[in-house]
Amino acid sequence: MKYVLMFADTVEDQGTWEKLPQEQMAAAYESINKWFDEHSRSGKIVGGEELRGPSSSTTVRFKHGKPIVTDGPYIEAKEVVGGFAIVEVKDLDEALAMAKTWPGGGEGRIVEVRPVVER
Amino acid sequence: MRAGSSKCGRWLSARTAEKAQAATDAALAAVFREEAGRLTAALVHVLGDFDLAEEVVQDSLVAALEKWPEQGIPEKPGAWLMTTARRRAIDILRRDKRYREKLALLERTPLAPEPTEADDRLRLIFTCCHPALAQEAQVALTLRAVAGFTTTEIASAFLLPEATVAQRIVRAKRKIVDAHIPYRMPDQVELAGRLDGVLSVLYLMFNEGYLSRGAQVAMRRDLADDALWLTGLVATLMPDQAEVIGLLALMTLNLARSKARFDKAGEMVLLPDQDRALWDGAAIAEGVQLLERAGAMRATGPYQVQGAIAALHSEAPSWEETDWHQIVVLYESLIRMADSPVVRLNRAVALSHFAGPEMALGEVNDLAMALDGYHLFHATRADLLDRTGEPALAREARLRALELCQNPAERSLLERKLRRSPRA
Repeated sequence: MKYVLMFADTVEDQGTWEKLPQEQMAAAYESINKWFDEHSRSGKIVGGEELRGPSSSTTVRFKHGKPIVTDGPYIEAKEVVGGFAIVEVKDLDEALAMAKTWPGGGEGRIVEVRPVVER
Repeated sequence: MRAGSSKCGRWLSARTAEKAQAATDAALAAVFREEAGRLTAALVHVLGDFDLAEEVVQDSLVAALEKWPEQGIPEKPGAWLMTTARRRAIDILRRDKRYREKLALLERTPLAPEPTEADDRLRLIFTCCHPALAQEAQVALTLRAVAGFTTTEIASAFLLPEATVAQRIVRAKRKIVDAHIPYRMPDQVELAGRLDGVLSVLYLMFNEGYLSRGAQVAMRRDLADDALWLTGLVATLMPDQAEVIGLLALMTLNLARSKARFDKAGEMVLLPDQDRALWDGAAIAEGVQLLERAGAMRATGPYQVQGAIAALHSEAPSWEETDWHQIVVLYESLIRMADSPVVRLNRAVALSHFAGPEMALGEVNDLAMALDGYHLFHATRADLLDRTGEPALAREARLRALELCQNPAERSLLERKLRRSPRA
């Protein structure tokens, strides 16, 4: 079963993250890289990326079928998606176990787990 | 002319029929809860498909509800249900070529599950109570798959439209399939957390049944009894889990008082005013014994503490002679284990009998932000305000409680108190 793990953070934590001092940032990345490395070695990670912050986001919205380009993410939310991983595991429990060990982000971080449509 | 005469007979003997019906209902409920979970577990095992297994068992229960009241309960009800469920599964599988292998497997499988087969209902319970499902769906699914409730019975127990319950179940089962929720026992790492989830489903079920007990709604199934039965089942299958036994004790002790909870007119009677002679002494002894058994395992938890509080109430000769000091101590340990504004509210009530209503009122007022939408917060505050001699404020709080309260028995209690209180 393939799932996407979407990593999100609260807007406040995202702000803190961006202003993190160099060495703390490095330490945070190290734990994230370790998570990816460990799960890649066991063959559970198929892909994944870190996304730039929401201030870099641009939205194309269709109005009556016509595309309109606007600045910012498409929904005003209290949480922002910061990255994702595509994982290949046995079942939801295994995907949830991975999500529970996700180290990246603040104390209030969020991981949404969604199955991928497989044809 | 058989149809005509039997219809006429049915009209004439409505009362006798009702009596007979009630007896059959109790027997049916007992058979269903003994058989349904085993049957579902056995069929999931054969079919490898939770959704289909659960569906055909439900169909067999509905068929039994149609046939058994007239024909009587068959000698081997489990085998009857299994045959019906199996036939239904074969029907469904025949229509779908993808299931050819499963069909062959099913046709080879004996009629009833092997008696030697280990009890697989625990796995079923943990799957129904998977945290990836909404809790209301966990409740409905557990009642259907494990305790053999029909959708109609769940709807009437929770005072919900049948379509709502049906949709909850369909959605939950679709999620089990789509998100690949596994049919298995949680591993050691997850077990404690997952068991907590199961226990809160059982406790929610129990409270729903316990609160509406005595209300006018006639029900085929008694939710509180079934929750007790399910908890007993989990306790049998996981004998070394102290909190399961703690919850069983808590339910047993609460049920022991149920006869005193409503008066002859059907009005709710609260603990201070209950006739303690109506309490079930044997059930209280059993509850206390269960608590001792759980305590010996040296793994205390919130259900054991709540059970201990219930035991202190049950063993007190009167409301006044209750060991309030010990109850406050127990609430404090409960706060350390599982802090919540509701627990703090209950502690304040105990405190009021020990340190006076003024002090308790101060603590209750501190909870105003957290509990403003909770009717028992306002009802408790009203009682304390009565005791501190502020009837006008008490009345105001009681009106607010009434505004928020849904349960008919509790509403009527509030209304009675309002009628007694002087208007400001």
